[in-house]
Amino acid sequence: MASLIRSARLASNAIFQQRLPAKLLHTSAKSHYAAANSPPPAEGFMPGVANSKLIKHTQHDALRNPELASVANGETKKMNLFQSVNDAMAIALATDDTACVFGEDVAFGGVFRCTMGLSETFGRDRVFNTPLTEQGIAGFAIGMAAMGSTAIAEIQFADYIFPAFDQIVNEAAKYRYRSGGEFNVGGLTFRTPCGAVGHGGHYHSQHPEAYFAHTPGIKVVVPRSPIQAKGLLLASIRDRNPVVFMEPKILYRAAVEQVPVGDYELPLGKAEILQQGKDLTIVGWGAQLYVLENAIQLAQKRMPGLSVELIDLRSILPWDVETVCNSVNKTGRLLIAHEASKTQGFAAEIAATVQERCFLRLESPIERICSFDTPFPLIFEKFYVPDMIRCAEGIERAMKF
Amino acid sequence: MSLSKVAAKAFMPSAVRTFASSAVARDVNITLHPQSFEAYKCDAPSLELTLKKEELVHMYNSMVTMRRMEMASDALYKAKLIRGFCHLCTGQEAVAVGMETALTEKDKIITAYRCHGFTYMRGGSITSILAELLGRKAGISGGKGGSMHMFTPNFFGGNGIVGAQVPLGAGIAFAQKYLGEKAATFALYGDGASNQGQVFEAYNMAKLWDLPCVFVCENNRYGMGTAANRSSANTSYFKRGDYIPGVKVNGMDVLAVHQAVAYAKEWTVSGKGPLLLEMETYRYGGHSMSDPGTTYRTREEIQHMRSNNDPITGLKQRMLDFGVVTEEELKAIDKAARAEVDKAVEESKASPEPDVDQLFTQIYIKGTEVPHIRGREPEEGIRF
Repeated sequence: MASLIRSARLASNAIFQQRLPAKLLHTSAKSHYAAANSPPPAEGFMPGVANSKLIKHTQHDALRNPELASVANGETKKMNLFQSVNDAMAIALATDDTACVFGEDVAFGGVFRCTMGLSETFGRDRVFNTPLTEQGIAGFAIGMAAMGSTAIAEIQFADYIFPAFDQIVNEAAKYRYRSGGEFNVGGLTFRTPCGAVGHGGHYHSQHPEAYFAHTPGIKVVVPRSPIQAKGLLLASIRDRNPVVFMEPKILYRAAVEQVPVGDYELPLGKAEILQQGKDLTIVGWGAQLYVLENAIQLAQKRMPGLSVELIDLRSILPWDVETVCNSVNKTGRLLIAHEASKTQGFAAEIAATVQERCFLRLESPIERICSFDTPFPLIFEKFYVPDMIRCAEGIERAMKF
Repeated sequence: MSLSKVAAKAFMPSAVRTFASSAVARDVNITLHPQSFEAYKCDAPSLELTLKKEELVHMYNSMVTMRRMEMASDALYKAKLIRGFCHLCTGQEAVAVGMETALTEKDKIITAYRCHGFTYMRGGSITSILAELLGRKAGISGGKGGSMHMFTPNFFGGNGIVGAQVPLGAGIAFAQKYLGEKAATFALYGDGASNQGQVFEAYNMAKLWDLPCVFVCENNRYGMGTAANRSSANTSYFKRGDYIPGVKVNGMDVLAVHQAVAYAKEWTVSGKGPLLLEMETYRYGGHSMSDPGTTYRTREEIQHMRSNNDPITGLKQRMLDFGVVTEEELKAIDKAARAEVDKAVEESKASPEPDVDQLFTQIYIKGTEVPHIRGREPEEGIRF
């Protein structure tokens, strides 16, 4: 065990060197820039997503999902993630007269276009801009929800959520408990874009799900794709508990799917097995799943016949212990990867629970592939995030232990 | 105030009482326009000030250089050499320049994300600013931070979290008072950030303990894409301290800014407690590089401000009116500024990216690090 935790000087180890043949990457050579002179979009690019097998490119593919039985006979429409989030909010506003959407610049569509057109359709009294006041937005949303209304609040970047942390942790999460059930803020949902985008730096890149996962009373959800985002967001809005809904912003444009146009929900607290396998269980969420998909392919080139079970956790709190532990009991090995840094990241909770529940079935130490324990860096981002190579090496390590 | 009034205000010719030829006496006595200030619970600053010719030239040179620098940043961004979030101060130069010329090195400044101009005025070289934007070793923060993260010894930085720097300003001012320094802290924020709760928390502490803190609201009329009157119940930002006196300043006039800042420094250092300044200014560009800046305001409005209210053109006209410089001398300054920025662009582009071991430094003080910074996988990471 000790040998696994040996440290190595980064530079001398040459581990930062790119060692992967380009053909293994799901990259597309075509330019992603709309015009030569326009700046890159704030949400960045994730080229691998376009060709991912996790993305449902056709209507047939999309509707095969048994979780979408309620809309199986309906139409689908090509949407990217911000459009599907927009669609979910439009449905929420249309089906719930008490629902309001608010946040910084949301009446204009928001910085990531998620609320485009909503104020025109539903009126500026229901879709409105707030001042730049995150703690105020959170408290305001909590008050509104305490009246029984549905409050859909946007915090413009997950990095900005910390002024609102007190309100979410101390007010929202405990309202039902501390009032003995007299009040609750069940209609409350915070949407917030999160995650690395390639150039976000210290304050536009963080993935703070673990802070909130430490808070009984709220739910935390991270979708991986447009279909998932729509169903999970509608479920979050309608769930009678406060939910923090974190949208991986790099997927806003990068992930495009055939999304059912109808009204549907996907279950909270339920993971989804994306790929069945018998040798190793891999757990991830959000944009990291696409990194893991590539890592699995790479590992399979090196280890022909390797059979991996890939699980999208979807809900961070509550998380689906049964699905993960059943899988680990089957495979005997577990790798968890996330974008937040390692110490006290959510992988730690999963690893601890799995060793309690599956100790005798484990055949290798649980691998955690996470970001470095440093502040989120600007220029070093590519060295900081748990990239495909690290994930592939983690798979190999687990298999060869 | 309507646009036309603001425009008229900036270009009302100032009365120049006495000035000698630039060859001999160098003091220029200036009378500011009567509408340069509006006071709340205090007397307005005097409209009379005297500056040396060199000071006026320095102001002009600084504003021209700053604008060139921001134009260079814009070009580097569009060439995809600068990535990420980048907020330019084009149009707002008079605030940083007028402030600096009224302060000493002992005074401290802290501001938000639109910080390039202040960094330059507080001693940051153009190369170090551009290199920081580019994420290079020669950057003022070693390339580790980028646009919002620039610091000099008496400039406590840009800050990317809206409003977060304001209570820090109160703390810095408290330390100055505690240490018995005859100096003040200027805590800047925008009209958007003025609605953050911690701004009011800072006001209260500053007044309660009579701190030498000047809260400066740079009101450029739009917090991101939201007009001030759509976000703020009271857009008289200089009155929002309630129990703290305030002055509204024509922030497009560098001389008015200079005078107001000198007044504020005198006010706070003499023990009267905090003061609010509202700088009425205007940004020509969008909030950040991804905002074209034309969806929530008209192109006509921007053009109008540029052609009628520009701080550089305004000072230039005054200096010519005063007769302290010639058109040729100003052209030479413009040319030199351009050359200086061009050189800095090349220098910053030539600087390498920081060494990768910089990822781990400056998290804790050297020698007391967390023994093991863990990496993405067990073999990675670093031991101190």
